[in-house]
Amino acid sequence: MEPGLASYLALSGILFTIGATGVIFKRNALGMFMCIELMLNAVNLTFVAFSRYYADVTGQLFVFMVMSVAAAEAAVGLGIIIAFFRNRISVDVDDASILKN
Amino acid sequence: MVTSALFFLFAGLAIACAISMVYHKNPLYSAISLIGVFIALSCVYVTLAAPFIAAVQVLIYAGAIMVLVIFVILLLNLDDDRPLNRLKYLYGVGVGLGLILLVQTLFIFYAVARTPNHGVEMNESVGKTLSIGTAMYSEYLLPVEIVGVLLLMAIIGAVMMVRRLNQPELEKVVAEELTRRNEAQEIGDYRISL
Repeated sequence: MEPGLASYLALSGILFTIGATGVIFKRNALGMFMCIELMLNAVNLTFVAFSRYYADVTGQLFVFMVMSVAAAEAAVGLGIIIAFFRNRISVDVDDASILKN
Repeated sequence: MVTSALFFLFAGLAIACAISMVYHKNPLYSAISLIGVFIALSCVYVTLAAPFIAAVQVLIYAGAIMVLVIFVILLLNLDDDRPLNRLKYLYGVGVGLGLILLVQTLFIFYAVARTPNHGVEMNESVGKTLSIGTAMYSEYLLPVEIVGVLLLMAIIGAVMMVRRLNQPELEKVVAEELTRRNEAQEIGDYRISL
């Protein structure tokens, strides 16, 4: 027997919950970035599970799109983190409370 | 039965690695735990009969994005013991949000498990590289091209953000590059002029 659709949705929901609480608890910008990646992966898992249980390839294509957006987000987000580290010598989000330098 | 056992093994691994990622203060330990989550999820995709997505998951997430993240962590050389000065109410908000999301997850599990199973349609071609490629370049051609433009914008944005030159320096660099190209064109060597 195979695990049902509900098991995959539950795994995805638990991973999303861990990622969402991690974004709030982490103070490190890199840690928050990694928690967002975890949430994106949890959503990918629901797409693939529904794609399997409805035998439709569209879900897997959406996963491909989400991965592209995650790659773009990694490039731009890490660029922002490096630029911020140059100005503040820190990646703590509490130090990002001032917009003007 | 084997699929079920493998699913629960890798689901447990993914959840354990995710909790370890949130728990660790050192970003490098978090990053390595996150790689564990990605690899466990890729094994879960294999139990869902999606080998292409599993391979792409390992290649892009564990291979490209996490290498970039670890590179940045090592480059910045962070220390992890800073005094805690974050707003205190955020901890309450975090716990509350986590509980709400967890209750929603349990509700979805309950609701989906109660509905009568309509049976998996055993279409073996779905999830193979051929079906994904066919759909990508026929029905979903426009979204794929938009994703290409998005990636180009991300590259340009990342370069613009990280460059350190101010305006006079930038103009000087551009002028030097232009004179170099003009000289190369006069010589007639097209490889250099590119």
